[in-house]
Parts: sequence; C-alpha cells; structure tokens
Amino acid sequence: MSTSAPPKTASNVSRPPSLEVRDLNKYFASFHALKNVDLLVEHSELVFVLGPSGSGKSTMLRCCNRLEEPDSGDIFLEGDPVTGAKVDINAIRQRIGMVFQSFNLYPHLSARKNVTLALRKVLRLSRDEADARAEQALDNVGLADKADNLPAALSGGQQQRVAIARALALEPQVMLFDEPTSALDPELVGDVLSVMRDLKSSGMTMLVVSHEMNFAREAADRVIFMDQGALIEQGTAEQIFENPSHERTRTFLSRVTGAD
Amino acid sequence: MSSFERFLDTFFNATVLEKYAPAILSGVGVTVWLSILIIIAGMAFGTLLACLRAYRFKPLSFFIVIYADIFRALPPLVMILLIFFGLPSVGITLSSFMVLFVVLALILSAFAEEILWAGITSIEKGQWEAGRSTGLGFTQTLIFVVLPQAMRLAIPPLTNRAIAITKMTALGTVIGVPDILNQASTAQSFSGNASPLMLAAVAYVVLFLPFVILSRWLENRYFWRKA
Repeated sequence: MSTSAPPKTASNVSRPPSLEVRDLNKYFASFHALKNVDLLVEHSELVFVLGPSGSGKSTMLRCCNRLEEPDSGDIFLEGDPVTGAKVDINAIRQRIGMVFQSFNLYPHLSARKNVTLALRKVLRLSRDEADARAEQALDNVGLADKADNLPAALSGGQQQRVAIARALALEPQVMLFDEPTSALDPELVGDVLSVMRDLKSSGMTMLVVSHEMNFAREAADRVIFMDQGALIEQGTAEQIFENPSHERTRTFLSRVTGAD
Repeated sequence: MSSFERFLDTFFNATVLEKYAPAILSGVGVTVWLSILIIIAGMAFGTLLACLRAYRFKPLSFFIVIYADIFRALPPLVMILLIFFGLPSVGITLSSFMVLFVVLALILSAFAEEILWAGITSIEKGQWEAGRSTGLGFTQTLIFVVLPQAMRLAIPPLTNRAIAITKMTALGTVIGVPDILNQASTAQSFSGNASPLMLAAVAYVVLFLPFVILSRWLENRYFWRKA
C-alpha cells in the first residue's frame, strides 16, 4: 500500500497530470455549487472524494466529463483541454470512463451489447473486434458467463460490474466513479470494490466519490474533503482520517464513523 | 314468414351474399392495402417528428406541437371532405384513395409523435448520461439507447392507435374509395338487403381481430422488468 505521491522520474516530469481541474465554478441558478475548485490527479493515482451530501462532490466529478457544464474554470485531460467551445467533447469522453450510482445500464441490451455499443459506434470496431473486447472486459469483472443476460436478470452488484466493463472497454485514461456502491445491498458491495481494487493495481487513474471509508483507507493515494462546494483539505487517507486539520472535516468524519 | 326467418333473410341472405361477396372481397384488398400504407407512413413520420422534438430546438418544437395538436383535434371526416372537395379548386386534384391515405397518415403521425415523445421523455436522464459518457453523440444516444426503450413503452398505445386509425378507412366511403364499407353499402342499395353490410362487418372483424391479438402479444413480448 502506497500513500505517497508517485516518484518523479525522468519520464513523468514532463508529462502532464492525468487530470487537472483549475479554478472550477458551477452555479445551479443562484446556488454556488462549486467554488474555485482546484484538483490534480496524477497517473495511476486513486483520489477519493469525501464530503457531506450537497457538498459538490458529484457535481465536480460530472464536470470532469462535462455531464455538467462548468460556469468557469479549466479542465485538462493529459494536458488536452476538456472545457472550451472548440473541444470535441465526444472524443474526450471516450478517454474518460464513468460509473454511475444507479448503474445506468441499457435495459434493452444484453450485458455484451451494453459493452459493445460504444465500441461499435464510437470506436467503429468491427462486430468481431467489439465482441472480443467485450468478452475480455466482462471477464475482467468476473462476468464472462453473463454476457447474454439482460440487466434485469443481473443482481445490482453484477449490473455495476457490467457498467464498469462498459467504461473500461473503451480503454480510458481516467475512470470516474460516482458513488458506485451507494445503491447496492451491503453484501454486494464487496464484489464491486474488489473490481475497483484490481483496477487500481493495474495502474488505472481513478477519481472516486464514495462513502466507503474502509476502501478509502485501504486503496486511496489521496483523500479530498469537500464541503459547501469548496475543496476544504486533502492528504493521505491516514492524515485525513486520523488527523484532519479542518474542523468541518472532523465534524463530518465523526458523524459518518459514529465516533466522537 | 316468422320474425326469425325475416331476420335471417335480412342479414344472412345466401343469394345476396353469394352475389356480392366478390365485390366485398375486392374492398378487403383496398382496405388492407390502405391500412398498411397508412401505418407505415404515419408511424415513420410520427417517429421522425418525435426525434426532431428531442433536440429541443424551440422554433421547431413549437411547430411540431402545433401540428400534433391540430391533427389530433380535427375530426378526420372534416379533413377528408375539406381536402377532397377543397384542393381541386386551387388546382390540386388527388384521387380519393390518395386523400384518404394522406389524411389518415397525417393524423396517425400526430398521435404517434405524441405517444413516442411521452416515451422519450419518460426515459431516465441516466440513460442519456450513460450513452454520452461513453462518447456517443446526441443523435447516436437517441437512436441506439433512448428510442428503442421509448418504442417499447409506446407499443401498446401505438398499436391501439394504429387499430383506431385503420378502422377509419371506412370513412373513405363518403369520397368514393372502393373499400369494404363502400362495396357493402353499394351492394346494400342494389339488393335492398342488409346482408352485404353483415358480410362487411364480418370482414372487418376477421381483418382486425388478429391485429388486436397481435397488439396484446406485442405488449407481453416487449415488457421487461425494470433494471
């Protein structure tokens, strides 16, 4: 388990960070949902975002692939602009995988076709290539035998793993997880987390909004605490959980862990 | 003649039935052919309108709504007469078959647009987001993700509407389309006997009952548990 930043080697000194968010602001009508948020996610880093509901965690995540349109600020993926009028957002989105709280599998398509749709229509792979890649992606999340099942015939945990496979099949550079286990029965959470753990050890860059504190302790390279639309503090999981420097972080942690 | 015999003679007169059955059968051909054309054209145009409305381009949506409201509000018979007797005076002459086809296809498209639009708007935002997050464009997400789901939701009301509209082909009688009803009522006036009308009624049931059963089957076929 490594909690320190990746070592600066000659190869990654010149390389831009995987994901960079600069001075991001977002309003919903008059509500200031994100306030001057800055964030750097390095290659192969797992950044875990914590915060009370309504703190802007999900909004920040959704701005990263512009499912929410930021009102000001810049976002860069591997140094390439994500925001701006000239950006081909569909091309950027292929490079950013996203996993949703409610899975959002296509209910009319089998697990395999959920995975192959973007492979066929976005990457323009042949049917055989797309199927082969889908088999591989489903195998990676332990669901090779469920390829022909419709989502309704899968458990919540299985559905979420298909959703992860769907995002991974596009071979993204960053994966965004928006409360991936919040809609799951407790006994199904483990399967999804273990897929995320595998992903982390394979070197995937991950930005995770979640309430799975134990997972954060174990897997996060860095934990970020957000409150009322602002990034309050960040540090290693140990720093944030054992020795938070901000009062609001302490209050939040004592409430969610039940300690005082 | 007992009243029962009179009843049989009026509605089930074998001689009359035999004489006019071929004419009514030719009417069946016209009704079937018209119905198929109306359903294909009406559904296709209605689907196109609902899809265009999904882009939420205000001026276009406005016209689509106006179109749908007018064609759903006007009685079909009014429109049929208006077009059949009105258009020739501005130099456009359409055959009665063509007038009936155009009017009923337009009406069906208006209903189909509304039904499909309701289906499209009832698809969760998360489905759009899932599609878009994988790099699919708006149109691709609409066609491959949203529309197939909206279609399944729309199948029961769409089939009901298709049945209702194809029954209206009987209105063609008033402008001389040689459909089932027209053949039967012509036969009725020549023979002075209601048997041809009874045969027409039977023909309609034989024609549409399978359609009604099919719609029931489709409802079950395309029903799936919510994921």
